[in-house]
Amino acid sequence: MDTFRSKLVPVTSILAGVVVLWYVFAVILNTPFQRDLDTRANTTPGTVEFIGKTLSQPKPTMPAPHQVAVNFFENTFLRPINSNRSLVYNAWVTLSSTLLGFAFGTALGIVIAVGIVHVATLDRSLMPWIIASQTIPILAVAPMIIVVLAAIGVTGLIPKAMISTYLSFFPVTVGMVKGLRSPELMHLDLMHTYNASRSQTFWKLRVPASVPFLFTSMKVAVAASLVGAIVGELPTGAVAGIGAKLLAGAYYSQSIDIWSALVAGSIVAALLVMVVGIAGRLVDRAMGGRPA
Amino acid sequence: MNWLKPSWQAVLAIVLCLIAVALGAMSKPEAAALADPTASINYPYLGTKGLMLGLAVVAALISMVRMPSVAEAVVLFIGAHLVAWLLISGITGFEGSALAPYFLLLTAAWLLGWRCVAVLSGLRPIAGWLRTALRLVIPAIFGAWILIIWEAVTRGAGIPFILLPPPSAIGVRIASSLPVLGADVRQTIFKAVLFGYVVGSGAGFITAILADRVPFLRRGLLPIGNMVSALPIIGVAPIMVMWFGFDWQSKAAVVIIMTFFPMLVNTVAGLAASGHMERDLMRTYASGYWPTLIKLRLPAAAPFIFNALKINSTLALIGAIVAEFFGTPVVGMGFRISTEVGRMNIDMVWAEIAVAALAGSVFYGVVALVERAVTFWHPSVRGG
Repeated sequence: MDTFRSKLVPVTSILAGVVVLWYVFAVILNTPFQRDLDTRANTTPGTVEFIGKTLSQPKPTMPAPHQVAVNFFENTFLRPINSNRSLVYNAWVTLSSTLLGFAFGTALGIVIAVGIVHVATLDRSLMPWIIASQTIPILAVAPMIIVVLAAIGVTGLIPKAMISTYLSFFPVTVGMVKGLRSPELMHLDLMHTYNASRSQTFWKLRVPASVPFLFTSMKVAVAASLVGAIVGELPTGAVAGIGAKLLAGAYYSQSIDIWSALVAGSIVAALLVMVVGIAGRLVDRAMGGRPA
Repeated sequence: MNWLKPSWQAVLAIVLCLIAVALGAMSKPEAAALADPTASINYPYLGTKGLMLGLAVVAALISMVRMPSVAEAVVLFIGAHLVAWLLISGITGFEGSALAPYFLLLTAAWLLGWRCVAVLSGLRPIAGWLRTALRLVIPAIFGAWILIIWEAVTRGAGIPFILLPPPSAIGVRIASSLPVLGADVRQTIFKAVLFGYVVGSGAGFITAILADRVPFLRRGLLPIGNMVSALPIIGVAPIMVMWFGFDWQSKAAVVIIMTFFPMLVNTVAGLAASGHMERDLMRTYASGYWPTLIKLRLPAAAPFIFNALKINSTLALIGAIVAEFFGTPVVGMGFRISTEVGRMNIDMVWAEIAVAALAGSVFYGVVALVERAVTFWHPSVRGG
């Protein structure tokens, strides 16, 4: 609690500073366009009135925080949930493919990690490729997967989920390999003296030891999975989802919409990471973990 | 039976070859020729079918004889790859006509290749350079087999070109459109990525030093930085495109934002990495903040900083490419990918992805090499 309180004041004051800076920049960035409007309308507003106008443009270069907040509030709470302008609806579309891809990615990552730990051939031949694949900008593949799968009639949730799977299994594999190998030699020797079989060693020693690693990498994976789902919505002018909101906003210069979609995406990301963190702590406690 | 050393891969490969022989024709033209012996129908594997099957079986049999592992690996390597090469070169001109025995033979060759890798990964050479060579050869064979299977399956089964072009077609495409690819690389990597990477990482580094100097900033920025790393920052791309226009500046801006926070968080963590003992030693030398920073804490933070640089090398490429999906001048890797996908030139997309993968690996490799040179004192480097 002490650490929390010692962080609270600095964090809130920095966030407040960001908001103030945001207002300043909103005024500065929107000024040229507002000047332009005023000269055309032949009006010369006072300074206060002018600043008020820069902060209430319908399509500002930089929307003010309160404009984003109002837009976000309207689109989240005031619209029917099944309307495609509702952020809840769009967030749900993105969230569903994120979760599906995340589930597949985690399962795939664990299976590959188990294979790598137990089969020496896989360790020597597959592991270098998995590490090398981290250096590749995989998101570039996203539009192709979407379009190619659409060409053979697979559309909707599955292609987006595939991109999420692709992005989320790397962290899980790497984390799980580390976790499954984390038991010390001493513990492995102990299992040996108990005459434990390979599967007993696996289930009773390696798996429990790997759980903290699994949840740490799952936090990274779920964030990557969300990015994958959002980018997966960009090509083919996707119909719904946070990525589609971003793209539509970019096409029609609805900057306020872009920002509120961004806020929605960030909230979803924060919630997902938090849920994984809480699940990790619950599992840890259920398995008898004690706070260090 | 002392001279025999069976392996399940080799046995299974032989069984698959026998099934392939029993099934007969390897392709539809061959089946037609068999059905009508009087007509002269040209079909694939006219003379090489027996050779391929024989090679696979002989290689599998020899590999089970007890002999030095190196010899076994060589036999398997030659057998597996010769069969695969004959298979792929034989199907030329008859794409899409393969029948079950074709795939059985491919599987048999792959099993031999697997056995080869298994034998190689069992080797424990003493000489250092041999170990390094082995560390490169094993994944190389694995990667080669991915390409072989990809090529053989796409051509044998006649998978539509639009769905998945064979690697050879992608290679041809890369070779024939080098100028276009070069222009894209220049636009995306040499303009957007490098500029954004340097500025973003530099800004993150300077902010981290500032945060280190002012504890209030550190306590406030670190939780925010940690949280931001989980957010889909890539979403700022459309905003940056609106602000900075379609050219590379908007992409560089996205890259700056994406690379800033990993650098900040890692550098702050790294600056806390030096031990109390060393810091106390510096204090007994009456060393001030800046000498301590430069002589002790920054070197101690180097592994963390390089970790951030490595993470950023990938993030920068992703940021620039995805930002180009939101609008670019008519050049750039992300632009090329999204337009060629629209025109269904999938081989060009794959070519671009291959170039992006190569660029990403080279970028990462350069950072890793610099890291080895700079942090030569670190246990992870010294230990080899």
